[in-house]
Amino acid sequence: MRHIRRFGVVDRISHLILMFSFLGLALTGLPLLFNDARWAAGLARALGGLQVAGRLHRFCAVLLIGVFTAHVARLLRRLLVKKEYGILWGPASMVPQPRDLKEMRDHFAWFFKRGPKPRFDHFTYWEKFDYWAVFWGMFIIGGSGLLLWFPWLFSKILPGWLFNVALLIHGEEALLAVAFIFTIHFFNGHLRPDKFPMDTVAFTGSVTEEELEHERPDAYARWAKDGTLDALVTDPPSPRVVRGGRIVGTIAVVIGLSIFALVIYAVATHS
Amino acid sequence: MTGLRAGALLAIALVTHWAQAAPVAPSPTNDDCLACHDDATLTASDGRPVAVAGKAFADSIHASMSCTDCHADLATAEFPHAEKLARVQCVSCHADPVAAYGNSVHAKARQAGNASAATCTDCHGKHDMRASNDPASPTYPLNLPDMCGKCHGDAKIIKDGGIKIGDVLAKYHDSIHGKALANSGLLVSAKCTDCHGNHDIRGKDDPQSGVYRANVPATCGKCHGGILARYASGIHGSKLAAGDTRAPVCSTCHTAHEIRRTDADAWKLDVLAECGSCHEQSLVTYRDTFHGQVTRLGFARVASCSDCHGAHDVFPKADARSSISPEHRAATCRKCHPAASASFSGYDPHADKRDPVRNPALYWSARFMQILLTGVFVFFGLHTALWFQRLLRKDPPVKPKKAEG
Repeated sequence: MRHIRRFGVVDRISHLILMFSFLGLALTGLPLLFNDARWAAGLARALGGLQVAGRLHRFCAVLLIGVFTAHVARLLRRLLVKKEYGILWGPASMVPQPRDLKEMRDHFAWFFKRGPKPRFDHFTYWEKFDYWAVFWGMFIIGGSGLLLWFPWLFSKILPGWLFNVALLIHGEEALLAVAFIFTIHFFNGHLRPDKFPMDTVAFTGSVTEEELEHERPDAYARWAKDGTLDALVTDPPSPRVVRGGRIVGTIAVVIGLSIFALVIYAVATHS
Repeated sequence: MTGLRAGALLAIALVTHWAQAAPVAPSPTNDDCLACHDDATLTASDGRPVAVAGKAFADSIHASMSCTDCHADLATAEFPHAEKLARVQCVSCHADPVAAYGNSVHAKARQAGNASAATCTDCHGKHDMRASNDPASPTYPLNLPDMCGKCHGDAKIIKDGGIKIGDVLAKYHDSIHGKALANSGLLVSAKCTDCHGNHDIRGKDDPQSGVYRANVPATCGKCHGGILARYASGIHGSKLAAGDTRAPVCSTCHTAHEIRRTDADAWKLDVLAECGSCHEQSLVTYRDTFHGQVTRLGFARVASCSDCHGAHDVFPKADARSSISPEHRAATCRKCHPAASASFSGYDPHADKRDPVRNPALYWSARFMQILLTGVFVFFGLHTALWFQRLLRKDPPVKPKKAEG
């Protein structure tokens, strides 16, 4: 059985750093956002106090901003240096297209057994949503976070009330991101019955030919036809990488779901 | 002959003297009394101790007086004297303190039949009585709280006497005043009598009491004069002076008997609730912003009420003297944020996302975020649920082989 490469080393490492920093940011920001929850003060103390939590939060933020900046730089290089205009439009692009709307409609029809499963291509609509959600989140949370980190600097050009807005949307958007990643993304990527307990592709970088053909028939057909498929064939991931991915993924899912449980508890007991 | 005459004259003189003194018994001297009473085991027939330590009396402030000066009924009594003596009348010498005592809660409680309410000797002692500046006196500053605490730390007396405040001795000992007295040995630290008075201790609802609400600032101001001046100039002091009884006095924030160091974290965190007990909405909006979130978690490094508003000389924002007036606001921020500019101080530490008038941008941001969150979770919640049920239905898709191959 052949293995087909989906994510390169840089993408996989980026995802790992993203995971690590996101979990760190969530964990260290949570006590402040849900400060009236019963667990909040205990978690803040467990993190070494709010000053330590704040430093960890900023450390993770720098990591995340770094990985995001590197990603954007790579995209620009692919676009401007390598002239890969395919990333702007077409099946290899993350840009939402009419095809995504149609696939989403068909997917819903399939949910109700009123049609066949859509023949997805390289990226599905929910994957694109995940991707752009991170982009949007980076600007909203990252931007507001920087404002709150250096208020004395930004207040030289920005009005004071903007910092009130920054504090609000930093927390609200973080709540959106945390709740989305730890439920919807986890379900889409790992916990749904046909992936359970997890999809290790983000760690191993490759899928079996069979899985690719089943999940993204249009991409498979296109690549098989133009010969790309042969070029994407790669060695099966070593058992060590698979095991490592499983362990890291499991830890992340457990931490994530625990954080989500804390959020639910906090929201439910909020007075 | 001369000897006879002299003897006769002496006899006449003696007889004459006897005849004159006969109706009045000679007053017993202190030695006469102590001959019997300086015996630690001496008791009356009902078992009540009637010993008087001669040494203690000799060291007392009344050492130069005769026993019969106080026990006046013994000056003319037949000996052995009756077991039941007349009550000693301190008033015969100490008219003013006893008159003052007559107005006290103690005197009133005694009149009402509470025999455990304090009278002169309960505080001052009896035969061993000393001046209040004598370190061995129970009324010496260092000893005074424990002396009051004999009753005010006694559960039975508190209960029987209906003393509402309860056990204040323990509270006082833990307070900054109690520690200053006991640990630092500061005679000037406030003790019971400094606030409550001594002989004429009155209830706190008596307008003449030092601890009557409206009198509290002046009472505390006897020592904290500088604070009193600031308090009186501020909005709380002005309101109180104008007769607004809702205005806080010292004890409203600092408590009466559990006064703590104000530079300790615990105080900074707890006083928020005190300010918030009147300024409810301000506490709610404070909790919505960064400072309030941090303090709720138990960390006091950020601003609490008094850091921005001042503690004793609080003024309304419109008053130019206010630390949050437009003139002073940025300088107030700079106490913690050294680089704060005027624009920086435009941040609203009491922003209310529910108030479209005060914080329009925040209000609409909050509405937008609410719609965004609801929209995303409703759509993807539905999407996920439908997907999940589809995967569980009869013809689930073929499960692909695991990637490890």
